[in-house]
Amino acid sequence: MTEEVKVFRAWGSPFSYRVELALRLKGVAYEYIEEDLSNKSTLLLEYNPVHKKVPVLLHHGKPIAESLVILEYIEETWQENPILPKDPHERAVARFWSRFLDDKCSLALWMSCWTEGETQQNFMEQAKECLHLLEEELKGKKFFGGDSIGMVDIAASFIAHWLGVLEEMAGISLLDEEKYPNLCKWTEEFLKSDAVMECLPKRANLLASFQARKQAISATTASV
Amino acid sequence: MADQPKEVKLYGHGFSGYCTMVHSALKLKGVAYEYVEEDLQNKSEALLRLNPVYKKVPVLVVDGEPIAESLVILQYIDDVWKNPPLLPEDPYQRAKVRFWADYVYQKLVPPVYRIRTSEGDARKKAEEEFIANLITLEDGIREELWSAGGSFINGEKPGLLDVIMGSCHTGFKYLEDVAGVKLVEKDRTPLLCSCMEAFVELDVVKGP
Repeated sequence: MTEEVKVFRAWGSPFSYRVELALRLKGVAYEYIEEDLSNKSTLLLEYNPVHKKVPVLLHHGKPIAESLVILEYIEETWQENPILPKDPHERAVARFWSRFLDDKCSLALWMSCWTEGETQQNFMEQAKECLHLLEEELKGKKFFGGDSIGMVDIAASFIAHWLGVLEEMAGISLLDEEKYPNLCKWTEEFLKSDAVMECLPKRANLLASFQARKQAISATTASV
Repeated sequence: MADQPKEVKLYGHGFSGYCTMVHSALKLKGVAYEYVEEDLQNKSEALLRLNPVYKKVPVLVVDGEPIAESLVILQYIDDVWKNPPLLPEDPYQRAKVRFWADYVYQKLVPPVYRIRTSEGDARKKAEEEFIANLITLEDGIREELWSAGGSFINGEKPGLLDVIMGSCHTGFKYLEDVAGVKLVEKDRTPLLCSCMEAFVELDVVKGP
């Protein structure tokens, strides 16, 4: 019954990746629909008219948008391999860090790699603060979720894979092994998971895509 | 309910809509709690220790364990104290409620902030953005969640979106005074207006 579950995704998007990972961790078969973000399909715009973004999960023909909202839905609908703890306080902590990753962390990390000069320095400071907080949160744990991959780990997959590629493209270093040994160990453990590796975009492709984008930006600013 | 927490403390500030949300949720659920008013210009050591990441209110402390971020707190309250439920039972409906709750934070809060802190053209743009996004919220709720027959977005009883929007009602009125412009109007967003009004009129919410 794979037609029941569909994911509108973009191959390089860490957000649609979250959804695919959660489904794979729970052994849910799904079909994916690849979106060209520079030319979004009518269907995507119909299913997510508010934000017009990926990911969108379609279950029994009903659409859900926003990756963290989708993760909660997946957790409530398929009970195998829970990604949220049962205890209400621990659930709140997981939700807190998932939102932290989206509200504060991702932006600082992303912008550190796309800006220059003083702006970049400011973003890098913010990024390092965020990494430090995550490092502390991981202390003594294999995953943010404890012994197994949970919602926070899924939300943090950007750090495990995309960040390294962005650092290379930008020629900077953020995830320093000396400063963040827990996070680096976490990355290793995270990338050992079959479910994680199965749908991760190829590093070389991501790098090529980021480098092309960087060149396009330089070309635009050079011609001004 | 075997393990009912005993000590509930809310660190907040009178002018914070986020804090009002938490007050409202606790009151709706009939939870007894202690309230600590923070001086935001001179934050207490307790607050900084309990919310080291953001250093903000509200923070809910339950049996000594702190939780920060209003949307996280509201869901926690709903997880612990089951009645009345703030979220529907059906997972798809729950996803819709979460989507629109997230929308408020993503699309209404930033223009509110800009209305308060900017002037001239920038403020006008922020006002237009707020109004447009409020209309999107109205349309979305009407289409996806609301069914005729209840006074609240959630139906006969208030739910998460009622707590969120209802608690912002005073803040919106204050903002209209600051901006000198009507932001929330019955003509544009009749459903949200009537639901917010119904919420602020609830005895349990008005009370101490």
